[in-house]
Amino acid sequence: MTNRPRDVLITGIGLVSSLGEGIGEHLDLFARGPGLQPNIKSDGYEPYFVHGLPAIDWSRQIPKRGDQRQMETWQKLGTYSAGLALEDAGIPMDEAVRSEIDMIVAAGGGERDPAVDAMVIARARGANDAGQVINETLSTELRPTLFLAQLSNLLAGNISIVHKVTGSSRTFMGEEAAGISALYSAKARIASGQSEICLVGSAFSAERKDLILNFDLAELMLKDEWRPVFARTGARQGVAIGSVGAFLVLESPEHAEKRAARAYARLTSALGDRGRRGGDATAKRFAALLPAQATDEDTMVWSGATGLADLVQIERQVLAERFPTAPVRAYGTLLGHAFEAQMPAGVALAAGALSRGMAIPPFDTGEERPAPAAPRRAVVTSIGHLHGEGVCVVEAIEGDCR
Amino acid sequence: MSASDTDFLGRPVIAVTGLGIVSSLGKGVAANWDALIAGKSGIHTIDRFSTEGLRTTISGSVDFMGEMGRTSTGLSYAMAESAGSEAIRMAGLKDDDFGGPLFLAAPPVEMEWQHRLQLDHMDGATTEEAGYDRLLEIARKHPDRSIYNLTQCSRISELLADRLGTRGLPITLSTACASGASAIQLGVEAIRRGETERAITIGTDGSITQESLIRFSLLSALSTQNDAPEKASKPFSKDRDGFIMAEGAGALVLESYAAAKARGATIYGLILGCGERADDFHRTRSKPDGSPIIAAIKAGIEDAGLTPEGIDYINAHGTSTPENDRMEATGLAAVFGERLKETPISSNKSMIGHTLTAAGAIEAAFSILSLKEGVLPPTINHHHPDPAIELDVVPNTARRAEIGAVLSNSFGFGGQNACLVLGRAPRA
Repeated sequence: MTNRPRDVLITGIGLVSSLGEGIGEHLDLFARGPGLQPNIKSDGYEPYFVHGLPAIDWSRQIPKRGDQRQMETWQKLGTYSAGLALEDAGIPMDEAVRSEIDMIVAAGGGERDPAVDAMVIARARGANDAGQVINETLSTELRPTLFLAQLSNLLAGNISIVHKVTGSSRTFMGEEAAGISALYSAKARIASGQSEICLVGSAFSAERKDLILNFDLAELMLKDEWRPVFARTGARQGVAIGSVGAFLVLESPEHAEKRAARAYARLTSALGDRGRRGGDATAKRFAALLPAQATDEDTMVWSGATGLADLVQIERQVLAERFPTAPVRAYGTLLGHAFEAQMPAGVALAAGALSRGMAIPPFDTGEERPAPAAPRRAVVTSIGHLHGEGVCVVEAIEGDCR
Repeated sequence: MSASDTDFLGRPVIAVTGLGIVSSLGKGVAANWDALIAGKSGIHTIDRFSTEGLRTTISGSVDFMGEMGRTSTGLSYAMAESAGSEAIRMAGLKDDDFGGPLFLAAPPVEMEWQHRLQLDHMDGATTEEAGYDRLLEIARKHPDRSIYNLTQCSRISELLADRLGTRGLPITLSTACASGASAIQLGVEAIRRGETERAITIGTDGSITQESLIRFSLLSALSTQNDAPEKASKPFSKDRDGFIMAEGAGALVLESYAAAKARGATIYGLILGCGERADDFHRTRSKPDGSPIIAAIKAGIEDAGLTPEGIDYINAHGTSTPENDRMEATGLAAVFGERLKETPISSNKSMIGHTLTAAGAIEAAFSILSLKEGVLPPTINHHHPDPAIELDVVPNTARRAEIGAVLSNSFGFGGQNACLVLGRAPRA
């Protein structure tokens, strides 16, 4: 256990967002920039902005209709993305192989039934006993299976059922921090020899008014006018939520070699912290998570910034001091903000781009500089909308581009 | 480091140096242990909300945490705070400056009905029709951060981290009814990796609401024996008919044995091993051959460097549902063979109900107390044994027994299976 920590390889990526599915499709699109347009649905969501999903043929990764019926979009998105990652890693649908794979999922809660919620609210108006109305209505109107579509750990449960991953199953909760911790924990376990291969990731489904309600009660949502993340200031700041499913297969070099798997990149660091947000405390904690400056033409930053102006400002200032010439890309500009899935999505994009040896054109020509050359190292950031700060470092594998 | 500081694989031995418990039996380790070995039930008729028209009207709710008990997030925090600070103080450490990481098993949270209805009653919306469009309009007119805070799954761990002075980013996890055990497992792994010398692991669940009760009821998971609440939870009995939802929190301070000894801490017990295995059969049911349960039990015992012969007592998952108790007995029989009949096994849930997310943590704390005190808590309400389940369930009254190792099982919806093996503190 006290041996030198092992490398942790990224050998599979499953990414689905408003932009499409598959890491390749995302990178192909980015290569067509700058000047890309996000895929935003505002219809029915005014004054908010929602990066919604394109049409997806769920049966490609969730073949059984019966399984699909047990899930709402959030779990389908996660299960689908997890399937993409396993397929991409070249792991056969063989129970003996998949039963040895560990799993860490960062999850929120699943969908409610908005029609039933509306019915309870309507009936409770003017009722003498609102409690009785809740009992009567929920007892008769709720679908029993919806509870399972809602439980946080049932995304992992569905991945076990559909994709036969059963080595272990751990669900972390807590918005951005959950995604950071999931990567931290998976990496630490593999590096120390506690695990050989781990499916880690998250999904966030944005087309949910119940979630928008929670966030806007705290006045966090971007309204009325959309802007790229780094251009959000003053009254034009806030979060534009985005549907994202992002899963990675992490693996020890020994395990990857045994099955002749190719790696996208190495995950060399995954760290998180939290604490009070006042004064310069956030900046100090965030700076302490960042790696030291290298020859910084080699580094690019994938910023998971939320679009909340004060946090964006702190992050950009710290990044400018540490990596003065590194190109920075706020991927929330194109994907939207995906809370638990934000950090996994950033690591997926970083690993894919490093593997292609690709310089990423700016997502926002006003605020982001062109990249002079393909980076060899990517720093992925996620400063939580309310709390939690995280940084992952992904490094290219020399001479072995996938 | 001496030889006794590491285990059979050369990993740091994990000591338990502090415990904290809240359940429907009361607040604090002493109150809970005394009631538990006296065979007292904490199950009662629900008066937190109207149960008019519901099939189940009983629970093991915790109704003595004051103002914080008015919301699930608040109650879950208050119980976690109580158990966590008790455990840290018992460990002889400062309960506002723990100085190690926090691993928290907590229930998923979302907006509660009281707040949806409260918002709907407010003015400021042009939409009359009930639903989220109207609530969104009202939210824009009357933002209320206090409601938002209650809907964030990181809320409880954030408050705890500040209150207890833990270090780093806490992990909040949910593996359904195995969560409490999973939190302990994460703490054990962090110490074994050498990342920290100590960790606090807490499982908490204060999520009994009308909706959660109805949802479990719709899955036919709950007992409907409402007439005699204290008799309704009867794990391994022939007439068991479902679990009793309950609330509570359990906390353990874990330390590397070497570090605990070095600072002169009292060691109450050891965590010898952890095992887990997910089930791919069904969302709420176990694989009929019990293979995932069997694999989890075996993995836990193996991780402890033991064989089934080394287990002296089993703290059962024992929910009192027809399916769980049968599957648990089947799984144990496959691992223990004939020896199972002579291995005492009891279910704390017969007295405290099923504390869901907290269960694995509370039951681990009770297991440590069983090892330390040499007393096995009973399975109460055991008057009609299930002839299909041949077990020594320590029926109805506690039993004195010197034991060296305990297996504690936790199985949950979503195919979650986690098993802990706990050991007696080495005699000084």
